[in-house]
Amino acid sequence: MNERATIAGLAYRGRTASIGFAHGPFVRVDGATSSGRVAAAPPDEAAALRAALVSAGQQIAKLAEAVGGDAAQILEFQVALLEDDDFLDPVFAAIAEATPAHTAWSSALEEQIADYNAAADEYLQARSSDLADLRDRVLRTLRGGEGEAPKIPGGAVVCADDLPPSQFLEIDWSRGGGLALLRGSPTSHVAMLARARGIPMIVQLGSVPANARTALLDGEGATLELDPSAEQIGLFERRRDLLRKNRASARAILRRPAASWAGEKIRLLINIQRVEDLEHADAQYADGIGLMRTEFLLGQQSGLPDEEMQYRAYDAVLRWAGKRPVTIRTFDAGGDKPVPGFTVDGESNPFLGVRGLRLCLARPDIFRIQLRALARAAVRENLKVMLPMVTMPAELEAARGIFVEAVDQLQSEGIPAGLPEIGIMVEVPAAGLAIEQFDASFFSIGSNDLAQYLTACDRTNGALANLIDPLQPAMLNLIKHIVDYGRRAGREVSLCGDMAGDPRCVPALLSCGLRELSVNPSALALIKQTIDGLSSGAFRV
Amino acid sequence: MTLESPNGQVITGSVRLVHAAGMHARPAVKLTKLAKKFQAHISIRASDAAEWINAKSIAKVMALRAARDCIIQIKASGEDAEGAVAALVDLVAADFPDNAS
Repeated sequence: MNERATIAGLAYRGRTASIGFAHGPFVRVDGATSSGRVAAAPPDEAAALRAALVSAGQQIAKLAEAVGGDAAQILEFQVALLEDDDFLDPVFAAIAEATPAHTAWSSALEEQIADYNAAADEYLQARSSDLADLRDRVLRTLRGGEGEAPKIPGGAVVCADDLPPSQFLEIDWSRGGGLALLRGSPTSHVAMLARARGIPMIVQLGSVPANARTALLDGEGATLELDPSAEQIGLFERRRDLLRKNRASARAILRRPAASWAGEKIRLLINIQRVEDLEHADAQYADGIGLMRTEFLLGQQSGLPDEEMQYRAYDAVLRWAGKRPVTIRTFDAGGDKPVPGFTVDGESNPFLGVRGLRLCLARPDIFRIQLRALARAAVRENLKVMLPMVTMPAELEAARGIFVEAVDQLQSEGIPAGLPEIGIMVEVPAAGLAIEQFDASFFSIGSNDLAQYLTACDRTNGALANLIDPLQPAMLNLIKHIVDYGRRAGREVSLCGDMAGDPRCVPALLSCGLRELSVNPSALALIKQTIDGLSSGAFRV
Repeated sequence: MTLESPNGQVITGSVRLVHAAGMHARPAVKLTKLAKKFQAHISIRASDAAEWINAKSIAKVMALRAARDCIIQIKASGEDAEGAVAALVDLVAADFPDNAS
């Protein structure tokens, strides 16, 4: 009971994978293990694996038939692997050399999973959970434990380390419910399934106690509350009703001209991870692109991207934007984004290590290629370039030096190029506090990392969610300090972290003087509506 | 998109990958499924990579990590090689339509 009392009312924060609300019994699910199987002689092992593969294929086919549509297509990837001789031949070769069937199968899958996990592309990383799904299904079948689908009550908030798609499909969601994953990714197949079914889902919660009885899951706010009090439930229900009402009117507001507040125009821009994000139906209504991340370029199989490939990606986005401004951020690798051949291995604390601009300055060979591509793209004139993780003014000047050199060199080669406006991302408190020392054209506040570094809280650790609250005075004071300097010095200041896309934070940000926010395309309607509501007084509290 | 049919046995073709997300799971499944309908030995590679891989292997096709806008080269040998290359070029050029499996 004592232990229960300590978790009652605790809230954990993760990342949104699918919006919506769930209130129900809390159920913890765990993956399969391969223990407890005794290997036979190689020919029998090969036969056992063959039988397990056939049976697993049939199970998946049956499941695909039952669910149909997009979900069935997702399962086809697993079926295709079961029928891939190039993939299976080495497994059977290992078995012929006396490796037990379950070991040979697991290690082949582990190798693939590691491969996908190492990809810089989040979409590819997410495929690893499909492979884990397949690995576990075949292992269960090998052990003779078919049809082990865990019994989950209807309407439950299901919590797992990661949940494979087939297990998601085996759960009965007809009575609602929600999904809370400790790891996982918003681009995983299971997240796609959850969105398609309208099941709220949060990923990357870090660690959560397993022994709660009930839970509230808010996909919008990415929060999970365990054994909530009557007061928490009341607040949760009010939030749910309000958001339901709001969503319907938000889409209509998108089509209206720019939002305004206190007589000033508020520019709403979008953050994109890759070129395809522009295909989001709401992207066209943005006032520009406030943050284009470029790390997706580092996830290519052929190694680090060449100048031409980068140039084409940048140019495509600038063309899409037309006259609207586009801020492209130079490589922000390192931290939780390792890139083979680029980032530094073995740092004891990568978030405080050689990442972002620090890494680019340490690897001018790679940085120069990106700056050349950006200098060529700059002839379109709507480009701005932003440097991440700047700590000292000297780093900005060093980057500018390499940039100027790249432009000169291109022009001497007869290639059209220009020097775009150069700004910095403000996410290191040292830079924010001494903002007047930086001769940057613009400042963009990266509120996620700024909050993490300001509060000394790992932002992926759910147990610290209360301490990393972005609305605390230290955070707002620092934001205001940066915005005030920007106004005095005539430098644009914007904010591109999760705060900008959180309706609860928007009033505080506008009060700090921010007039430019950059959000994910999916949050654009909600934020425009929030500002609209604030200026008409409807939301004033 | 080009299709050449030299006098020899090997038929080749190439096509730009227009799929927004690159050669990800769904397009890769469609490509290998279609390739398996042919007897011919079919290999593909992306953007002049050194290695040609078996177009019927989902693991290998995914491992290409082929990105949007790269050129997929296809070569096939065997009885129905010509049809195989034409069908695969069509599939990629049409951005992996749902009715093409």
